[in-house]
Amino acid sequence: MRAVSRLPRWAEFGLLPLVNLCAALVISGAVIRLVGESPWAAFKLMAAGAFGSQDSVGYTLFYATDFVFTGLAVSVAYHAGLFNIGGEGQAYIGGLGVGLVGLAFGSGSPWVVVPLGIAAGCAFGAAWAFVPAWLQARRGSHIVITTIMANFIASALMTYLLVNVLIKPGQQSPETREFGPGAAMPAVHQVLARLGIKFAASPFNLASLLALVACLLVWVFLWRTRWGYALRVVGQNPRAAVYAGISPERTILVAMILSGGLAGCLGVNELMGSEHRILLDFPGGAGFVGIAVALMGRNHPVGILAASLLFGALYQGGSQLSFDMPHVNRDMVILIQGLVILFCGALENVFRAPLAALLAAAKGRSRA
Amino acid sequence: MEPASPPPKADVGSPGPALELRGIDKRFGSVHANRAVSLSVARGSIHGLIGENGAGKSTLMNVVYGFHRADAGEIRVNGRLVEISRPRDSIEAGIGMVHQHFMLVDRFTVLENVVLGAEGGRRLGRGLNEAREGLERLGREYGLEVPLDAETGHLPVGMQQRVEILKALHHRADILILDEPTAVLTPAEADQLFRMLALLRDQGKTVILVTHKLREIMAITDRVTVMRQGAVVHETATRDTSPPALAEQMVGRSVLLRVEKGPARPGGVLLDVRDLEVRDRLGVARVKGVSLTLRAGEIVGVAGVSGNGQSELVEAISGITEPSGGSILLGGQEISRGDVGPRERRSRGIAHVPEDRLKMGVVGSFAAEDNVILGYQGRPQFNRGALMSRRAIRADCEAKMASYDVRPQNPGLRITAFSGGNQQKLVLAREIDCNPAVLIVGQPTRGVDIGAIEFIHRRLIALRDAGKAVLVISVELDEIMGLSDRILVMAGGEIVGEIPGAGATEEAIGLLMAGVKGEPRP
Repeated sequence: MRAVSRLPRWAEFGLLPLVNLCAALVISGAVIRLVGESPWAAFKLMAAGAFGSQDSVGYTLFYATDFVFTGLAVSVAYHAGLFNIGGEGQAYIGGLGVGLVGLAFGSGSPWVVVPLGIAAGCAFGAAWAFVPAWLQARRGSHIVITTIMANFIASALMTYLLVNVLIKPGQQSPETREFGPGAAMPAVHQVLARLGIKFAASPFNLASLLALVACLLVWVFLWRTRWGYALRVVGQNPRAAVYAGISPERTILVAMILSGGLAGCLGVNELMGSEHRILLDFPGGAGFVGIAVALMGRNHPVGILAASLLFGALYQGGSQLSFDMPHVNRDMVILIQGLVILFCGALENVFRAPLAALLAAAKGRSRA
Repeated sequence: MEPASPPPKADVGSPGPALELRGIDKRFGSVHANRAVSLSVARGSIHGLIGENGAGKSTLMNVVYGFHRADAGEIRVNGRLVEISRPRDSIEAGIGMVHQHFMLVDRFTVLENVVLGAEGGRRLGRGLNEAREGLERLGREYGLEVPLDAETGHLPVGMQQRVEILKALHHRADILILDEPTAVLTPAEADQLFRMLALLRDQGKTVILVTHKLREIMAITDRVTVMRQGAVVHETATRDTSPPALAEQMVGRSVLLRVEKGPARPGGVLLDVRDLEVRDRLGVARVKGVSLTLRAGEIVGVAGVSGNGQSELVEAISGITEPSGGSILLGGQEISRGDVGPRERRSRGIAHVPEDRLKMGVVGSFAAEDNVILGYQGRPQFNRGALMSRRAIRADCEAKMASYDVRPQNPGLRITAFSGGNQQKLVLAREIDCNPAVLIVGQPTRGVDIGAIEFIHRRLIALRDAGKAVLVISVELDEIMGLSDRILVMAGGEIVGEIPGAGATEEAIGLLMAGVKGEPRP
C-alpha cells in the first residue's frame, strides 16, 4: 500500500545516489576503523590511488571502460524488462571472437583488423545472449536462470579452449600466443605522444572512445527510434505492448542481442587494448559489476558513465589501498565495493522517503 | 486475540454518532487528498459517501481503517477518541471494511477465511468450531447464509462479498464500510445486498457506503456526504436531495446525466463475427459461439456482469488473442486467421480502447505524448527515417489535447499524473483520430469523472453520426442504455439476448444478465 515517493530530477539522479554513496562510505569507514586503520587516511589513499597521477587516472579510465560496456548491456536488457545476469559470460565469449580475429589477422592493417575485432566481439557476445533470449521468448525459461547458467557454460568452454585448443604450444599457463601488431587498439598515451603530448603509460586505450560512442548510440536507440520505443513499452507494460501490436517475443530477442553485443565489446578493451592475447577469466567480474553500474546509473547512459567512473576509481584506488595499508587487504576492498553496490543498488530506496519529506519540508518553509 | 475483548458495545438508540471524524487531513507528496474532513455518521444508519474519482473518499476510508495514517485530525468511535494506525486498531474499535477488491484467500474455505486474523488461540480446531457456531447464528440472523466449507475461490462474486461482510461481523464490527460494493454485482445481486444492508441497519449496525453511483445513494442511504477535491462540500438527508442536485455538488457545475442523441441511421455491415469461440490458457471456453454484426452508423452495446466473456470477445476482435473457432469478417474480409495482429488490424480500420486503461491502454511511466503514439509509433508522420520526430509527436499530442480538452495541456507530463478522465480522453483521442471504421470501446467511462463522461459519450455519438461503427462494452447499465442503438447481453460466454436500445429497461437487461434467457435472437 506504500506509495513510492517522487523526487525532483536533480535529487533523483544527483542527490540520492550521492547520499547512498556516502552511507556506504560511512560504514566502510567504520569497518576500516575496526581493523585499526584510519578511515580518513584510507579514503585519501584510495582517492590518490585512483586520481593522484597520470597513470592512475589511466588505469581508472581503463577499468571504467569495461564497466561502461557491461553497464550498458545490463541497461538495454533492463529497459525491455529483462534482468540479464549473463554479462560476464557474454563478455567472455565476446572476447573469444575478438581474440580469434586477433590471432588470425594479427599481421593485417589495424584499420581493418580492429573494426573486424569489434564486429566479432559484438557478434560472439550477441550469439551467446541469443540462446537464453530464445529460450525465454519461445520456451518460457526464465532469463535470470538461463543467463546465470550460461555464465558457467561460457567459463567451462573457455577453459577447455584455452587449455586444449588455443594454448600457445610449449608453455604451462593457459593463454594464447600474442596477437600480431595489427590487432592492437592504440593506447591513449601512444596517441598523445604522437601529438606531442606526454602522458604516463597505462592500458587506457581507444576502446574508451568506442564506449562513449556506444553510450550515445544506446541513448539514440532507446529514446529516439521507434524500435527503442517498442522495447521500452515491452519493458514497462508487456500487455500494452501486445495491445499496440508489438511482439514481446521478438523484442526480447532484439534486446538480448544488443545486450550481448555490448557486453562482447569488453573484449576489445581488455584484449585488443591491453592483454593482446586471450587468457583465463579476463572479464574478472566486470559483467557483474555492470549490474551495479546500471542500477546506480538509473539505466541511463549518462548515469552509467558516471557510475562506471566511480567503480573504475574504486577498483584502481582499492588495489592501491591494499598495497599501502597493511591491515587493509584485498578482501577489505571487495567489502567496500560490495557496500557501495548494496547501498546504491539493493538499498537504493532506503533514503528516498526521508529525502522526499525533507525536500517537501524545505519547500514548504521557503514558500511560507 | 478475538472473542475476549468485545468493543465497547453501543447501547442502541442512544444519541451521538457511531463514527465521528474531525479535521482529517492527509497529503501524499504534493497531492492534498483530504482537506480537514469532518464527518459524523449516526448510529444505526446507512450513510452514503459519494464523490468523483480522486475526490478523496477512498483515502478517507483508508485512514479510518488504518491503511493510511492521517497527518492531522481525530477519529472518535462511539464518542471515544481512538488512535488508529493500522487495520488491527480499527478492527478492535469495531470497524469492518469490505474492499472493492476482496481480501480473501481463494484456496481457503469460507470458514478459514472468516476466521483469518481471529483464530482464537493456538489450536485452530477449537477456534474453528466456535467460529462455525457463531457464523451459523450470524447467517440466520442477517440472512447471510454461505456454504462454510466451500473453497472461497469457487464461489460466485456475490457470495464472496457476503463472506467479506460475514468476516467483518465475525470480527465484531459495529461499523461496516463498503467500498464500491456493487461494481461486481448483477442488478439482482445488488438488490439483495441492499436488503441485507437494510437488515443490518435495523439491527443497530452502522453502514458507510462509498460509491460513485447516484442511484445507489438514492435507493438505500439515510444521509449522504458529498466530497470534492479532498473536502466535504455537502451533507444532507437523502430524502431532501435528488440525483441532479448530488451530481452538481460532485462536479461543481450542472451536468447532463442523460445522453442526448438522434436516431441512428445504420448502413452496411462493417464487422461480422460468426460463431466465435475463445479459450483461455487452460483451455476453458470463455466465449462460446458468439455471433454479432456491427453496422456503419450504429452503436451496439454489450451488457453483462464483468467476467462473462466480454473482455475475451474484445481481445479476439482487436487481435490480441487468437480465437479457437469461428470467424471475424471486417468489410467481408476474414481477419481472425493468419498474421493479422493488432497492428495490422489497426491499419485496416479497427481501433480499440481497452477496458483496463492502466493495464493495457497506456504505459504508466511514459509521458502523455509517448502514450498518444502507442500502437501508431511506426506511422510515417511520427518518424524521419530511422529517428522519431519528437517535434511531430509533441505537435500531435498538443493538437489532441486541445481538441479533447485534456488538462493540464502538458504533453511532457507523465500519463499517470492526469486524472482518469483526462487519461481516457487521451486514449480516445489516439484511437479516434486515426479515423477507424470500427471502434471497440471497453468500459468507456471506468474511473472517469462525471464531467468527462458527458464529453466521452458525446464523442462516441459523434463518431456514430459520422458513419462509423461503435461497439461499447460496459458493466454500467445506465451507460449501455444511454448510448446503444442495440443492446446485446452476455452471460456465461454467450450472447443471451438482444434488445433494441430505445425503450430498453434495466429490469429486462438485468433478467438476461442473470442468465434468464430472453426471446431467441432474430
